[in-house]
Amino acid sequence: MAKSAFLKSSIAKKYWMALTGLFLCLFLTGHLLGNLQLLSTSKDAALHFNQYALFMTTNPAVKILSYLTYISIIFHAIDGIVLTVQNRKARPVRYVMNKPGKNTIWASRNMAVLGTIILVFIVTHMVSFWARMHFDKAMPLQTISINAGGMPQEFYVTTDGGYIPKMQVDQGQIKIENRTEFYDAGANVKIKEGYKDLYKITVAFFKQPQYGLLYTILYVISMVVLGFHLYHGFGSAFQSLGANNPKYNGLIKTFGYAFAIIVPLLFAVIPVYIHFFIK
Amino acid sequence: MGSNKNININLKIWRQKDAKSKGQIETYKLDNVSTASSFLEMLDQLNEQLINERKEPVAFDHDCREGICGMCSLYINGQAHGPASKVTTCQLHMRSFKDGDTIYVEPWRSKAFPVIKDLIVDRSAFDRIQQAGGFVSVNTSGRTIDANATPVPKHDADRSFEAAACIGCGACVASCKNGSAMLFVGAKVSQYALLPQGKVEATQRVLNMVRQMDEEGFGNCTNTGACEVECPKGISLENIARMNREYLFASVK
Ligand code: HEM
Ligand code: SF4
Ligand code: FES
Repeated sequence: MAKSAFLKSSIAKKYWMALTGLFLCLFLTGHLLGNLQLLSTSKDAALHFNQYALFMTTNPAVKILSYLTYISIIFHAIDGIVLTVQNRKARPVRYVMNKPGKNTIWASRNMAVLGTIILVFIVTHMVSFWARMHFDKAMPLQTISINAGGMPQEFYVTTDGGYIPKMQVDQGQIKIENRTEFYDAGANVKIKEGYKDLYKITVAFFKQPQYGLLYTILYVISMVVLGFHLYHGFGSAFQSLGANNPKYNGLIKTFGYAFAIIVPLLFAVIPVYIHFFIK
Repeated sequence: MGSNKNININLKIWRQKDAKSKGQIETYKLDNVSTASSFLEMLDQLNEQLINERKEPVAFDHDCREGICGMCSLYINGQAHGPASKVTTCQLHMRSFKDGDTIYVEPWRSKAFPVIKDLIVDRSAFDRIQQAGGFVSVNTSGRTIDANATPVPKHDADRSFEAAACIGCGACVASCKNGSAMLFVGAKVSQYALLPQGKVEATQRVLNMVRQMDEEGFGNCTNTGACEVECPKGISLENIARMNREYLFASVK
């Protein structure tokens, strides 16, 4: 009995909500640290970011974490919707006069709406970046411009730290297979591997002449929404898990508020910086 | 009595013939209400007026009228037990309102608290939750144990006592946007779980009470905290966390 209740009961649903929500907070932290590299002004910023992106899409430990993240998002969203539907059913007749603002904060009353907006954001965000990284056949590869005897020349950067002249690919001596692999066209053997240029894709996305500004604004709005979700959600998760101790409540609340403001803010700074300041 | 004065008010009250009928808001004008009277006395005055007009008086719940029984309810102007904090409706006074005010009076709204008539709802769901585990089984047949034989840490005794202050009024359910009963159940679970006498049955108690709570159709807590603000007895959210903790340990046992 006890075990089956552990999935279905009201409180158990709350544990899963809290656990997945807190795991997603960890994910956000990691994701943010990666994204912050986009603010780097180093001349190798693009290469470093693309190396990081390669690591994040191939490292087995990261793979496990990313699958956990997908599962968490799906579970959190489904559980959240189930809870919200049940909660609406628990009050079939609404009050004619109701003043919820007298006893609750706005964010706490709108978690489902906020979460749904975040879900829409996550899906569009994954179509824009994640799907291109994973599936786009036309994904550009990282190049670098090197001054060879006064003449700037384009090279592909390869994962072993080497370079392949773009000319050789353009002229057909070397061909690109499987999105990232450089093949010697004559011998038909793989010689080197390139980096997918996620940096370029990202910058181009937020600098599109027509929609760049709109995408930047929508991104910032989504981060505000995330901020509100976390403003209530972070502390709420601890309460759901039963971690409520007068000694630590203040700390958890304060940390949660700080997290809810700082993390979305830093995320939002990145597209703004790209749109307005990257040449 | 110098500060007392009389005010005229407009009332918008939920009227519903019986559980099956569809109800609606009716408007009444009530003059010369003393600000020293309690909200329930004001309703008595309205009912006298209605009876004189040969109309059906408004049905509402009440018993002790001194804030201890939990019988009075009422969602007044968008808040459980009205605008004052930490009071039941019987302890709410008309001095909380101004001359000319329009006051909405509605029953508790919850699937688990169906309306019986007008402002009266059936709160027996709380009784069934209580019967599912809100007790300690003690053998009282001539072998009564001295009350102080079992030492209880002062801190635990205080928390238990605070939880036991819950009068089962249902304001927590009424004010929760999810119609959740977790503050009530949290208080009832905590009151026993904190004491050595209650620890014996702690595992079964929390599992059974939560199961009954879910079966009654109460919603799920999303920690908005409305209940704690509206509870006339100041029951703390800490009790919900304690119940969640108890439930977690009981489930993995
Ligand atoms: C990165 C994304 C997200 C993070 C970090 C996050 C985090 C959280 C946290 C920490 C909570 C509090 C859990 C609790 O009270 O126990 C929460 C609650 C909630 N989340 Fe999310 N969430 C995210 C995305 C979503 C999405 C996509 C939805 C989709 C519908 C959603 C819907 C909800 C709902 C409805 C609640 C309130 C449920 C309740 O308290 O019972 N969230 N979230
Ligand atoms: S917890 Fe407070 S609001 Fe809820 S039933 Fe008990 S006394 Fe009433
Ligand atoms: S009538 Fe008893 S608490 Fe109000």
